[in-house]
Amino acid sequence: MIGFPQYKHNMETDFLFQAIIYLSAAILCVPVAKKLGMSSVLGYLFAGIIIGPFALGFIVQEGQNIMHFAEFGVVMMLFLIGLELEPSKFWKMRKAILGMGSIQLVGTILILFLGCIAFTDWNWKITLVISLALSISSSTIVLQTLKEEGLTNTSVERSSFAVLLFQDIAVIPILALLPILATSIPNKTNDIHQTLIHSFPSWLQAVISIGIILLIYFSGRFLFVSLLHFIAKTRLQELLTASALLLVVSVSCLMHIIGLSPALGTFIAGIVLANSEFRHELEGDIAPFKSLLLGLFFIGVGASINFKLILDNPIFIFVFGAILTVVKFLVSFTISRFYKKKIKHNILFALGLSQAGEFGFLIISFCLQLYIIPNILANQIMAIIAISMITTPFLHLINKHLILPKLQTKENKKEEEIEIIDEHNPVIIAGFGHFGSTVGRLLRANNVKSTILDNDSDQVDLLQKLGFKAHYGDATRLELLEAAGCENAKLFIAAIDNHKTNLQVIETIQMHFPNLKILTRARNRNDAYELIDHKVEYIYRETLYSAINMGIDILVELGHRKYTATRQGQQFIKNDEITTHKLAKKRYNKTAYMTTVMAEIKLQEKLIKSGLNSQIAAIDHCWDSEHLK
Amino acid sequence: MAKNKILILFFHPLFEKSSVNKILVENIPNSENITFHDLYEEYPDFDIDIKREQLLLSSHNIIIWQHPLYWYNCPSLMKQWIDMVLEYGWAYGKKGTELTNKIIFQVITTGGDKESYCNTGYNQYRINGFLRPFIQSAKVCNMEYLPPYVIHGTFKLSKADCNENGLIYGRLLVYLEKNNLNTKEILKYNYLNDWFSTIQT
Repeated sequence: MIGFPQYKHNMETDFLFQAIIYLSAAILCVPVAKKLGMSSVLGYLFAGIIIGPFALGFIVQEGQNIMHFAEFGVVMMLFLIGLELEPSKFWKMRKAILGMGSIQLVGTILILFLGCIAFTDWNWKITLVISLALSISSSTIVLQTLKEEGLTNTSVERSSFAVLLFQDIAVIPILALLPILATSIPNKTNDIHQTLIHSFPSWLQAVISIGIILLIYFSGRFLFVSLLHFIAKTRLQELLTASALLLVVSVSCLMHIIGLSPALGTFIAGIVLANSEFRHELEGDIAPFKSLLLGLFFIGVGASINFKLILDNPIFIFVFGAILTVVKFLVSFTISRFYKKKIKHNILFALGLSQAGEFGFLIISFCLQLYIIPNILANQIMAIIAISMITTPFLHLINKHLILPKLQTKENKKEEEIEIIDEHNPVIIAGFGHFGSTVGRLLRANNVKSTILDNDSDQVDLLQKLGFKAHYGDATRLELLEAAGCENAKLFIAAIDNHKTNLQVIETIQMHFPNLKILTRARNRNDAYELIDHKVEYIYRETLYSAINMGIDILVELGHRKYTATRQGQQFIKNDEITTHKLAKKRYNKTAYMTTVMAEIKLQEKLIKSGLNSQIAAIDHCWDSEHLK
Repeated sequence: MAKNKILILFFHPLFEKSSVNKILVENIPNSENITFHDLYEEYPDFDIDIKREQLLLSSHNIIIWQHPLYWYNCPSLMKQWIDMVLEYGWAYGKKGTELTNKIIFQVITTGGDKESYCNTGYNQYRINGFLRPFIQSAKVCNMEYLPPYVIHGTFKLSKADCNENGLIYGRLLVYLEKNNLNTKEILKYNYLNDWFSTIQT
C-alpha cells in the first residue's frame, strides 16, 4: 500500500482550496465588473477585496505568498509590451510618443510632486514614488473606453495610444529606480539585494550586468529564433508554448541573479523578438498566462488593501482622488490643445487619461515591499488609484450627455457657415469607412459628385485635401443632413459602420426627406431584417455578395465550369433576397417567444430548407442538349 | 378595328451613345398595347429571368427585335436571350406551341449604307443573307417572320434624316397596333420600309 504522508496531502488540498477561492472570486467578479462597464482590473480588485481579510476573510496570510507568484504576470506583461514595440511602428509614431508622451508624463509627475511637497508632510522619496505611481494611466481602461465610444482609428485613439506606450516604456526605468531609492533606507532587508555577484567589486558587477544584457540581446536575436524554427517543425503546439515560457522564465532568472529587474530583462527580450516571424505566436502563447497571473496579482492587491486604515481618513482619499483626476485631466488637455486638436477631441483624450492605473498598484506594492512607503499611506494611495479608475467611465458618460452636445452645436454652427455654400451634389454618402469609400471611389471614377459625411475629423481633413466635399459631424443630426444638401440630393447612401447609427440616420431621412432615395449597407441578415422593417428598398448585405463570389470560386476550384458556377451564384443571390424578405415578415410569428439563440438556429434551419428549393430552381435547361434528346 | 399587342425587345449595349436608336425609341408611341423592354438595362449581368420573358412573349402577338447590327450579327445579350428564353417544350418542339402564329421582325440599324449590302457591294450579301439564323429560328417556333425594318448608313445620317426616320417608325408602330396585317403582301418585299412606304402614299 502506498500512502502519502499526511502533511503533504494537507498542503495539496490546501493549495487546491486556495486555487478554488481565487478562481471562483475572479470568475464571479470580473464579468460583473464588465457588465457594469468597468475594466476587468477593477473586477479583480473587488474579487480580492471580497475574499480578503476585510470582507469574507478567506485569505489572510497567503496573500503575500501568492503575490510573489503573481508578480510574474507583470514580468510577462512587460515581455508583451516589448513584443508590441515593432521598430517600424515605433518609428512611425515617434513624434507622438516622444513628444506628447514625454510632456504628458513629465508634466504630470512634476505637478504632482511639487503639489505634494507643498501641501503634505511626506519626505521627498515618498512624494516622488507616489507621483510616479499616480502619473501612469490605465491602458486597459483607456483603450476599452475608446473602443466603446467608437473612437478606434481616430486621432484621439492614436494620441492616447502614443502616450500610453510612452508610459509603458517609462515603467521600466521607474521599476529600476525603486531599489535605488530603497537602498538608502536604513532598515532594508537583506534578501532583496543578495545576489550571486553581490560579493564582486562594483565595476565587475557592472561589466557582468552589461554582458548579460548583451547575451539576452544576441541569444534572443540568433539562438532563440532558430530554436523556435526547429521546434515549429515538430508541429507540437505545446512545445512552442513551453519555449516561450522557458524564455521568459530564464531571462527573469538571469536578471534576478545579477540583481536587475526581471521586468527589464523580459522587456528587452520582447523588443528583440518583436521583428521576428514568431511575434504573434509568442504573443498568443504568453498572453493567457499574463492575463491570469496579472489577475491574480490584482486580486492580491485587493486582498491586501486595509480598509480600517482607509476608513480612518476617508476625506483625504476622496479629496486627493478628485485633485489627482483634475490635475491629470488638465495636463493632458493642455498638451492636446498644444497639438491643435478639436476641443471635443481634447476633452475625450484628457478624460481618457485622467485616471491612475494598474502600474500604480504595481509600483506601490513594490515600494511597500522595499519599505519606501509606510503601510497606511500605501493603502490609501491604492484606494485613490482604484477610485480614480472607477471614476473614468462615469466622467465619459457625463461628457457624452452633458458637455459634448453643447460643444457640438457650437462647433458645427461654425463649420456650417463656412462650408455649406454651393452644395448641390446628387449623392450623399454617410460614413466613409472601407465600405463608403469604395462606393465613393467608384462614383468619382465616373465623375459623379458626392457629398461625404463622416465623424472622424482626420478622415474629413484628408478627404477635403483630396478634393472631396466632406463634412465632419454626426449624421444622425438633422441640421447636418440639411446642411449637406439632403433637400436637393437624389440618393442617400447610408454606409455607417455602426448599424444602430445607420438606422437612426435612415429614420431621420425618412421622416424629413421622404423623397430622398436611400441605399443602405447592411452588415448581415439581421441588419437586413430591421432595414426591411423600415421599408428600405435598396439593401446591400456585405456578407452576401462577397460570400457568394467566394462560393463561386470554390465551385470552380472543385472543377465546376466558371460560367455555370457564376449562374448558380446569381440565382442564389436572387433566391436569398426573396427568402430574406419573406423571413423578415415571418420572423415575429413563431420565434418571438424563443431565446435569441434558438431563434437564430431556427432561422438557419429555415434558410437551409429554402436553400434546397432554390437549388432546384436554379437548374434550367439552357444549352443542355441532354434535355433535347 | 384590330388591336395588336406589340413587344419591342430592345438590345443596345451602348444606348447612351447611340444616335439613331435614341430617336427611334423616342418615337415609340405611348400606348397600353406597346411594351418597350430595354434588355441591357434589365439584365446587365446577362442573368436573364426566363419566366418573366416568356410571360411577356405570351401576352403580346407582334414581337420586334430592335438592335444595331454589330459584326453582321445581333448584340450578344440578344443571342443569350434567344438561347435562354426560347426553351424546348415552350417555344418549339412537340409541346412547344406558345409562340405559334405570332408575328416577329427585326428593326435594325447599320453603319454601312444600303448599296454595300448586295452581291457587288463590299458587304457581299444582302441584309437577309445575314439574318438567316433569325429567320430559321422564328420558323422553328412557328412564328411568322416579316422582312426587317432597316435604317442603313447611320454614320452619314443628318439630324433631320434621323428625325424623319423616327417619325416614320412611330407611324409604323401605330399602324401595326391598329391594323390586321396582310402578311402575304408584306412578304413580297425585302424591306419592311418598302412595304410601309406603299401604305403611306
